[in-house]
Amino acid sequence: MDAIRIERLTKRYKDVTAVDNLSLSVCKGELFSLLGVNGAGKTTTIKMLSCLAQPTSGDAFLNGKSITKDTSAVKEVIAVSPQETAVANGLTAKENLELMCGVHGFAKDKRDAKINELATLLGLESVLDKKAARLSGGWQRRLSIAMALISEPEILFLDEPTLGLDVLARSDLWDIIRSLKGKVTIILTTHYMEEAEALSDRIAIMRDGRLLICDTAEKIKEVANTDNFEQAFVRIVRGVAE
Amino acid sequence: MKMLTFASRNAKEILRDPINLAFGLGFPLVLIMLLSAIQANIPVELFEIERLAPGITVFGLSFMTLFSATLIAKDRGTSLLQRLYTTPLTPLGFILGYTLPILPIALAQTAVCYIAAIILGLDITLNILYAVLFIIPVSLLYIALGLLCGSVFNDKQVGGICGALLTNLSAWLSGIWFDLELVGGMFEKIAYLFPFVHAVDMERAVLAGNFADIFPHIWWVAGYATVTLFLAVLLFLRQMKNQ
Repeated sequence: MDAIRIERLTKRYKDVTAVDNLSLSVCKGELFSLLGVNGAGKTTTIKMLSCLAQPTSGDAFLNGKSITKDTSAVKEVIAVSPQETAVANGLTAKENLELMCGVHGFAKDKRDAKINELATLLGLESVLDKKAARLSGGWQRRLSIAMALISEPEILFLDEPTLGLDVLARSDLWDIIRSLKGKVTIILTTHYMEEAEALSDRIAIMRDGRLLICDTAEKIKEVANTDNFEQAFVRIVRGVAE
Repeated sequence: MKMLTFASRNAKEILRDPINLAFGLGFPLVLIMLLSAIQANIPVELFEIERLAPGITVFGLSFMTLFSATLIAKDRGTSLLQRLYTTPLTPLGFILGYTLPILPIALAQTAVCYIAAIILGLDITLNILYAVLFIIPVSLLYIALGLLCGSVFNDKQVGGICGALLTNLSAWLSGIWFDLELVGGMFEKIAYLFPFVHAVDMERAVLAGNFADIFPHIWWVAGYATVTLFLAVLLFLRQMKNQ
């Protein structure tokens, strides 16, 4: 069953078409990556799907709910971990998690249970009482993802989750993302080709707001006639593969 | 519940910043003590504690504008607001969440100023309590100004506009530091077109127990507060939609 169905989704800003007639589907439990160079339309697509931006035309359905007509229902099933680390700096890690529980209306019992569960899953126990501002970039990213997961989303948007992290922190986050596969539908945007290849079930490559290809990493390499995914990406974006 | 959680977070962010505490509570206290010391040496009617204390409580509220504007602008600058916009928190929840926690801080600041004024010789009367209550519409005006500025400007611009421009306007056009009648003419007329001097005159009338004299000042304050709040809500919703 489809978790996300995008139908001719378009976003125009004055003269610029950020997303142009995008149509695709994402299955439940799938880890789906959106790739593209800067300005390809990845973040705009995520913003529309997460009800942060209104489409100019077209629509998308998340678990059957329209992003243009039923935003409240869509917001109940999604969570976003934005490109920048989105944490409240003046609060401790635990208070950040409590904030997210509160805005989702959790009762105290459920709140405490969820915080414990996610602290264990993301290894946050040792930093729960530390102020978010004092955490390193890697820990802030973990916290940011925990904040997104706390509402038990059915669809999770991870916008550049490992941007700026060192190799070890990135590897740890990959493990966390892998552990979520199958349980949550994940839409991932990234500039790291190896990340997309290692984690994704399917990958969509965009350029100038348009979808160029949408398939598994293996198939994309096959189409681009190369064994190297990064090379395949470059060939497809430059139009060499066609 | 959802809104209260957000409001509680905002209160924590403000109160945990030592600079906020220093300016919000420390600066008005320093002013009230300094000007009272000057008054003790060179008596000036304007700086008598009965006239000075209401002025300082109103001036102190300009820091509430700075607090709320800085918090909102910083939240907009990071992706935290973007994250929260994807949660079930409603637009009204956001606006109340930013407004409500600053109100008790403003009341506490006013109360502290009056306690300092009592120590410096202000007679203890029931009117002090009324003066604290009448600060509520004035506080709403200053908080709404913060919501408005925070919705439009980034955190650096907010520092300049609320930290410098508004505090200066609030000081120069309020009749706290010098009698506007002494300047007179166009300056006085312009000052009375703004809400600051009306807020000070209203507070002075309440503290003196001259409740008939709160008019028309209270209408100016309430009118400015209503219009500013309306504009602030519109601008906040606009930036929310423009994500």
